[in-house]
Amino acid sequence: MDQFAVKVFVRLRPSVLDPAGEATKSASIKLGAEGIKSLRIGKMIEVKMEGNAENEVREKIDLLCDRLFANTVIEDYEYSLEKL
Amino acid sequence: MDNFTVGVVVFPGSNCDRDVLWALEGCLDIRTKYLWHESSDLSDVDAIVLPGGFSYGDYLRCGAIARFSPLINALDDFVKSGRRVLGICNGFQILTESGFLPGALTANKNLNFICDDVELDIVSSKGGWFNDGVEKQTIKLPIAHGEGRYHCDSNTLKKLVDNELIALRYKNNPNGSSFDIAGITNEKGNVLGLMPHPERACDETIGGTDGLFTLKSLIFK
Repeated sequence: MDQFAVKVFVRLRPSVLDPAGEATKSASIKLGAEGIKSLRIGKMIEVKMEGNAENEVREKIDLLCDRLFANTVIEDYEYSLEKL
Repeated sequence: MDNFTVGVVVFPGSNCDRDVLWALEGCLDIRTKYLWHESSDLSDVDAIVLPGGFSYGDYLRCGAIARFSPLINALDDFVKSGRRVLGICNGFQILTESGFLPGALTANKNLNFICDDVELDIVSSKGGWFNDGVEKQTIKLPIAHGEGRYHCDSNTLKKLVDNELIALRYKNNPNGSSFDIAGITNEKGNVLGLMPHPERACDETIGGTDGLFTLKSLIFK
């Protein structure tokens, strides 16, 4: 079996207010950073998974993203997959 | 309805389960039992309360992991049978995460954990969870949450409005919820989710009795 490293990024949808991002943006400006137009906070989930084929692993990751990692009412997700 | 029994679900991290049991048994004399989240046999309960708290430490998202418990898996048939389910605070979050109610609950607009009494307008009488004989239109209940901002897309909001599924709205929206929403029901009316805590408003000595009617409504008339 092959080993795969998957990085899943979960982000609040653009239409959903991100108060934690707004607070961090405000702190960033207080720190002296200039030019910040937008700052939004998401999550990154790392998964190591074994499987016979990339397609098989992608199917499982799709299910996990859709049903567990992200709440698609308020969040979008994308992921990268690397064969180890 | 002498044998009517309400099940109060206990997840790892639930912390309002005892309050609900106290309110149901102590204030209303309704037979109540705890249901461990790994139980999937719901045959001996007539209604279910998903209490507040921090199930599974709120890991990932509030209610996201509780959704996969055996009890929640068994809840679909329970709801379809017409029996009543009340989700309070974290229970409401679990009901949205598991798809029994539309929308999602996310971080309060001001990022504060808000612990306060709030005035609420009773919007819909669907399911008979709020309106009593005197037609009281405003009630006061405590809230205690960090992630209570109700969010849904505009199509869902229209559906909620058109089908009279919005049960409660905040008079002074404390958390940034869409359309001031504090509680909603499913289309049939037998599932109610709300962020305020009716079980904490069941005795005058602790600040009010506006929550009694909702808990009493678990016994469907």
